Amino acid sequence: MENFIIIPFTVGLIYLTLVLIYRFVKWVRGLSKLDKLRLVQSFKIRRMLRSLKEVFYEGLLHRKIFRKNPVLGYMHMSLAFGWFLLIVLGHIEVMAARRSLLVPFYLPVFFRYFETGTTFFASGIFSFLMDFFLLIVLSGVALAMLKRFKKQLFGMKKTTRLKTGDRMALTSLWLIFPLRLLAEGMSAELYGNGSFLTSSVGHIIGSFSSESTNLVLWTAYSCALGFFFAALPNSRYMHIPTEVLLIFVRNAGIRLKKRNNTYTDIQVFSCSRCGLCLDNCQMAAAGINHAQSVYILKNIRNNNLTDEQLFNCLLCGKCEVDCPVGINTIDLRITQRIESTLQYNSSYNYLEDLPARKASTIYFAGCMTHLTPGIIASMKTLFHMAGENVWFMDEEKAPCCGRPLMLAGQHDAASKLIVNNTRKILGSGAKTLVVSCPICYKVFREDYELGNVEVLFHAEYISRLIREQIILPGKTTTRIVYHDPCELGRGMGMFEPPREVLRATGKVIPVKNEKQMAHCCGGSLGNLKISQQERAVLRNQAVKDYQQYLPDVLATACPLCKKTFARHRGIEVMDIAEIVVSSIRKSAEVVPVKASVKEEAFAEELV
Amino acid sequence: MEDFSFLNPGSRQIDFDNFDDRLLLYVLEYEPSFVTCISCGGCTATCSAGNLTNFNVRKIGLWLRRGETEKLSQEIEKCMFCGKCTLVCPRDINIRNVILLIKKRISELKTENQPV
Ligand code: SF4
Ligand code: SF4
Ligand code: SF4
Ligand code: SF4
Ligand code: SF4
Repeated sequence: MENFIIIPFTVGLIYLTLVLIYRFVKWVRGLSKLDKLRLVQSFKIRRMLRSLKEVFYEGLLHRKIFRKNPVLGYMHMSLAFGWFLLIVLGHIEVMAARRSLLVPFYLPVFFRYFETGTTFFASGIFSFLMDFFLLIVLSGVALAMLKRFKKQLFGMKKTTRLKTGDRMALTSLWLIFPLRLLAEGMSAELYGNGSFLTSSVGHIIGSFSSESTNLVLWTAYSCALGFFFAALPNSRYMHIPTEVLLIFVRNAGIRLKKRNNTYTDIQVFSCSRCGLCLDNCQMAAAGINHAQSVYILKNIRNNNLTDEQLFNCLLCGKCEVDCPVGINTIDLRITQRIESTLQYNSSYNYLEDLPARKASTIYFAGCMTHLTPGIIASMKTLFHMAGENVWFMDEEKAPCCGRPLMLAGQHDAASKLIVNNTRKILGSGAKTLVVSCPICYKVFREDYELGNVEVLFHAEYISRLIREQIILPGKTTTRIVYHDPCELGRGMGMFEPPREVLRATGKVIPVKNEKQMAHCCGGSLGNLKISQQERAVLRNQAVKDYQQYLPDVLATACPLCKKTFARHRGIEVMDIAEIVVSSIRKSAEVVPVKASVKEEAFAEELV
Repeated sequence: MEDFSFLNPGSRQIDFDNFDDRLLLYVLEYEPSFVTCISCGGCTATCSAGNLTNFNVRKIGLWLRRGETEKLSQEIEKCMFCGKCTLVCPRDINIRNVILLIKKRISELKTENQPV
């Protein structure tokens, strides 16, 4: 028999194996000492089983894509899982035929070429199953071809652009299974070793059948395989093996810590360029089509990431929600920003150590709240009603919280502001820090070390006041649509407290795009490149969506969102603090409340 | 005392051959909106850094136009990137990006050992 047909396949496979070993070793060695220790410690049976389960569900079945889009999910599953079953079953078949557990690695691939006509235990069932799985894989390939040309059928608006390495891999991948079908069909016609699919194909092409055409077809099949394996490391299909590594590394608890390490590479190579993140990204509406996560990942891999792309992203986090591979797109991008701005962090040596005032509660409004005086006035009223001993820390002078610098990648500069603010907060002896800006909230919770000081978002603070009946807002029939600010919702996972507060004052209408899928208002400080005109497009898009629900008021919990929406003349927008205070005032006129509270409420109006 | 430049003893003559446009051209290339600045000072009035020190964003724009690279390299440090200026600007200028670009270009010039 002509053994040379296995050569292209074998060469490709050996090359691929060597590249994979080289890369995996390089990546694991590049992790920090602590991370390596984490990885070693994660090799426990239960954790391994969990990781293996995830590999099975996400790497083979692609459950997350299924949930998002069944047709696309089927396409990925039929290719990955179908191929996987072909390999596994092929090996079992050969073992059954040879009655041995040790079989040459190439034999399952070319079994129907070499094994002509012998029958063995359950050989009929095997060939039926092999045909069946081949059919499934072929249906996946057909869908993939269809998707390239008619992506709308898949509910996708966009699909990613290809480069040469990907084209080569894609073409060979598309050829592998049709060639296999033809080759097995021809062999089935010649030797009668096929089942329902290959035999029928054999009949159709029967008139061409000869030993030499058979040889040509099998050689072509082997070449397609070899070519695919050789092209894989430099194409997006590198994501298939890398994703397995990513799952194990991630489940070991390894994360990026503000600087690049090989975990960056592992994530970058795990991106399958499925393009689901493109569909979630709002920026396309404003004509920004070069800076989405999938392109950033690709550019990091190709070493050609520009500032214009890197900084043109709202950091809204919507792409992260649906990424089937679970790539931390936000962390990854902020880390690239940190790396790219390392040379020009500020020292802020003009910052003075201004004295702290003793108080039990601190209120930090933040720069953005200073642009929305209505929120500050409402917060003052609420503190007054609660009889709180509060120090308004940045009423006159205080540095920014540092989050905008973090978003711009200037981590070292931000830590200068953090040190200054921390000293004052601790110096005041306060037990609680209340903030009314989600941008501040995120940095206070994640990057400040404040010991026992409890950091409360104003929504939590207000809902506590309502529960303890310290304030009594009156419920009306006002229709409220609540806009989840990105930094608070997806950023901090806080969805309920603001809604709880609003439910005490009116009717909160559920909307389709809320919580994890909420719009970005377009005002985000994360984007340093977007123009005001482009921001307006995003804002209008969000407002238009909310207006369908005919709200009396659009509520939000972020001064920047409020400021952004307020520029749209067609909708009334209020912060939750303002809504609560106005509702207390209205109800104080009708419902009898504690006289003192009522009086104070009106006295505050003069503030 | 505040430097209002009234008592500037140097020559007021502008020599276009010696005009240092390295930063200005760079900023205009990547943030063309800067060209519409009317020096109204709205940004300065709201500036968080200006509230803590004598930093003046409007002057950053003026110096950028005059090619005062050295002064810029000292002052630009002070901005805290809070973004208030961008929100109040009547000409919708993306001032945060202007500042990012200036910082980046200055640090590039420094690494290239060019005078700043
Ligand atoms: S980042 Fe995630 S969602 Fe986007 S293309 Fe890559 S794998 Fe798909
Ligand atoms: S974070 Fe938001 S703006 Fe940035 S790429 Fe993802 S979806 Fe688009
Ligand atoms: S995050 Fe925004 S609002 Fe909060 S302090 Fe900083 S700049 Fe200001
Ligand atoms: S607010 Fe805008 S237009 Fe006015 S000085 Fe500042 S940048 Fe120029
Ligand atoms: S971003 Fe900089 S210049 Fe603008 S207001 Fe904030 S501190 Fe001032």
